[in-house]
Amino acid sequence: MIYLELFLAFLKIGVVSFGGGYGMISLIRETVLSYGWLSEEQLLNFIAVSESTPGPIAVNMATFVGSSQAGILGSFVATLGIVLPSFIIILIVAMVAQNLLKYAGVKATLGGIRPAIIGLIFATFVTMFLSSIFGIKTIDSSFTFDWKGLIIFCLMGVINFIHWKIRKKSISPIILIVIAAVLGVLLYGL
Amino acid sequence: MKRLKSLCLLFISMLKIGLFTFGGGYAMINLLEHEFVGKRKWLNNDEFADLVTIAESTPGPIAINCSTYIGYKTEKLLGAIVATIAMCIPSFSIIFVISLFFNAFLENSYVAAAFKGIQACVIFLIFCAGLKMAKKLKKTVYAWVIFIATFVCMILLALFAVNFSSIFYILISGILGLLIYTIGYISNNRKKSHSDNESNSGEEK
Repeated sequence: MIYLELFLAFLKIGVVSFGGGYGMISLIRETVLSYGWLSEEQLLNFIAVSESTPGPIAVNMATFVGSSQAGILGSFVATLGIVLPSFIIILIVAMVAQNLLKYAGVKATLGGIRPAIIGLIFATFVTMFLSSIFGIKTIDSSFTFDWKGLIIFCLMGVINFIHWKIRKKSISPIILIVIAAVLGVLLYGL
Repeated sequence: MKRLKSLCLLFISMLKIGLFTFGGGYAMINLLEHEFVGKRKWLNNDEFADLVTIAESTPGPIAINCSTYIGYKTEKLLGAIVATIAMCIPSFSIIFVISLFFNAFLENSYVAAAFKGIQACVIFLIFCAGLKMAKKLKKTVYAWVIFIATFVCMILLALFAVNFSSIFYILISGILGLLIYTIGYISNNRKKSHSDNESNSGEEK
């Protein structure tokens, strides 16, 4: 049943994902691809919309995926799934285990996880990059080269770098998305 | 009556923050601090620092962790429920409405072209998110080993189409972190008791 699948899939993501929205990206990607809920392109579109609308990215993603698969009830169960673990864990911490995070053992476990999360984000980045720009999903895939995508990707890096040099802070992701949309229309649409 | 009023305030504050923060949890932390430490004075600076540590080190969306915690601190269980729901309402309604029109919207060829460009941008944003987290990480030998192992394994397994969930990387690295800490702790204790024994026997002579 799709509702139960959505609920359990996002519950699982909510339980094991650390580091906020992008920390979850590898799990969300695996889940939606393996259930066949979204293609890689759709996933990237959904991330863009989740990033450029208000609210927590993870909740936005859950609502979006849920709605695309099973309408309003689907988005409700998916959102419930991603929120419930947080809610329960924080309640436990706030009620009975206020000092839980000060124990060295807990700190060591959490510290142990952090580099793995970063590894997962970079690996997800590389697999997404290979699949969108070069069409490489597995070693058997045939090679296609989307040079326009590569140009846009590189320009994002250049713009980000220039902004950082001038303003001493990173550019807002929403502005980058808008610039990329304009570049997309110019390169792919005309 | 007073409780009802503070629940309403909690609801409205969270709704407002959920509606006006873009870019997820980390962007929200500043606003939460402004609202609950500066304006409402429901939390002091130390409590807020605790809150950030807790929200970052427990699983789940950071914004949800924060709102549940603040809600509980102000009005116990009912507060936690109210705050969490209020935080979700803007996201949920906005995204739900967008999702109704999104596919029709993409049928326009210019919109489709724009989103092809945006896809390349999102890949770049994921790269930036990774960089940002990596900058904050303490660069120990353990961190490098786990980082490279996870990175290489995941890419190779994806290329060879082997199913291996990210969950396992998270579990394994957590257990390793704990194990290394425990071994260090035991060997430290042993050294200490050893040197204690030596100094004791020295005194006896």
